[in-house]
Amino acid sequence: MKLVTAIIKPFKLEDVKSALESKGIHGLTVTEASGFGRQRGHTEVYRGAEYTVDLVPKVRIEVVVEDSDTEAVVEAIVNAARTGKIGDGKVWVVPIESVVRVRTGESGPDAL
Amino acid sequence: MESMLDTGNTAWVLTAAAMVLLMIPGLALFYGGMVRAKSVLNMLMMVMTAAFVVMILWVLFGYSMAFGTDIGGLIGDPVEYLGLEGLMVDDPEASLPAMAFVGFQAMFAALTVGLIAGAVADRTKFGAWLFFGAVWAIIVYFPVAHWVWSSGGWIFELGVIDFAGGTAVHINAGAAALALAIVIGRRVGWPKTPMRPQNLTLVMLGAGLLWFGWFGFNAGSALAANNAASVVFVNTFAATAAAALAWLVVEKFRDGHATTLGAASGIVAGLVAITPACASVSPIGAIVIGIIAGALCAIAVGWKYKLGYDDSLDVVGVHLVGGLVGTLLIGFLATEAAPTGVNGLFYGGGVEQLGKQAIGAFAVMFYSLIIAAIIALIIKATRGFRISSDDEVSGIDLAVHAESGYELGDSGGGGHFAGVGQRSLGGE
Repeated sequence: MKLVTAIIKPFKLEDVKSALESKGIHGLTVTEASGFGRQRGHTEVYRGAEYTVDLVPKVRIEVVVEDSDTEAVVEAIVNAARTGKIGDGKVWVVPIESVVRVRTGESGPDAL
Repeated sequence: MESMLDTGNTAWVLTAAAMVLLMIPGLALFYGGMVRAKSVLNMLMMVMTAAFVVMILWVLFGYSMAFGTDIGGLIGDPVEYLGLEGLMVDDPEASLPAMAFVGFQAMFAALTVGLIAGAVADRTKFGAWLFFGAVWAIIVYFPVAHWVWSSGGWIFELGVIDFAGGTAVHINAGAAALALAIVIGRRVGWPKTPMRPQNLTLVMLGAGLLWFGWFGFNAGSALAANNAASVVFVNTFAATAAAALAWLVVEKFRDGHATTLGAASGIVAGLVAITPACASVSPIGAIVIGIIAGALCAIAVGWKYKLGYDDSLDVVGVHLVGGLVGTLLIGFLATEAAPTGVNGLFYGGGVEQLGKQAIGAFAVMFYSLIIAAIIALIIKATRGFRISSDDEVSGIDLAVHAESGYELGDSGGGGHFAGVGQRSLGGE
């Protein structure tokens, strides 16, 4: 099994979620995140004092998939999240040793 | 004997007093929105509790110090109205009950000390703040209120016009704020660390409450439901709107954006500046005062970065500068047609009134600045005036009040109930 983590633009969450559902993914975890890559933040001004805010708001999606689905899932995320502009985000994949469903105690791919 | 009581005037003064009271939570929200989320409660508490303390002092001897029989132009007889016991009697010759005036002026005193709190946000020991507020009220505010407003007070007798408190309230508090910010010192990380306002919607709500209450502050100072109060009412909103627009224009040209914080700040700057002048100028004069105050205060709030004092919420830039603008502009823009009946320089009155205004304004500024600095230095040298920098960084709300202003998550911080009254908080 693999853990696919995607950092995307917040307004792309709905598109990515739909794309994953269409690939048969039953669940995912979403976290509001912030960070920066090539895209930098913005400037705010309070009573004339300028503050640069370097961290840009992003959404982090985490989904655990079977090895055979990995490539299709990554491709679905990338296609759905892409705008072609700087700041579209990253997707990475790491191997997972085990997964357990809390309610039933099932483990491995059955728990997905 | 038939009672001389004027019920209309009495009703207006009592109503106006309650409106001024609403300025205190208004100020607390205005300030509270501007600090960081970890210190919002402490800011609310500094403003509110200062009012509690000053109200008690006012009843005990504060009113008597301010409005008792004059002693040498400097102070009212502090024991004359001790505890206000003697003022309860229904005097048939009074058109306005003494207690109505006592109550109205009490709110001014209670608000004024709270104004200072904005200069020392996020870092001040709570007990030390209350002690400072009490001592400053006794040594500075009560005497200055006597000088400016009481028959026999030296500034009053000189003929200085301060209708509703540009000098006694705003210059006074602004000067004390400057002294306190310098003595207590900068917040950890200032000015390099961003200290963004935690909630600008609260700031605008607070500014709105201040504006509403300020009609009581200014128009109530006529102490009658009459023509003067009505002129003051119009001047008060005219100057405020002009100042807010002027602040935004400065921001648009200087920073590229008209901001919400700028609008809220402009409202307060305009109100501060028109306060002394509201019964002395025409509505057009009020607009001129507003424009000058709004533009100048928008610039003045940047001085602290050049001079290096951390007046956290710009009490100096708004209240001291705005108070000076309004007090001094009376010397130029006063017109005989207005209720105070004096002509300023631009209306053919010469420089006489301007000279008086300058003496009153700068006397109060230097007195408050020096005495506040002395009180603050004594507190700093004895009990200490600052919380530890660890507490300051993790947040004064938790360290001093054992509370958080906002609980936004569902996980409850991952804690558990630990009993009642066991001092279980604080992590020792």
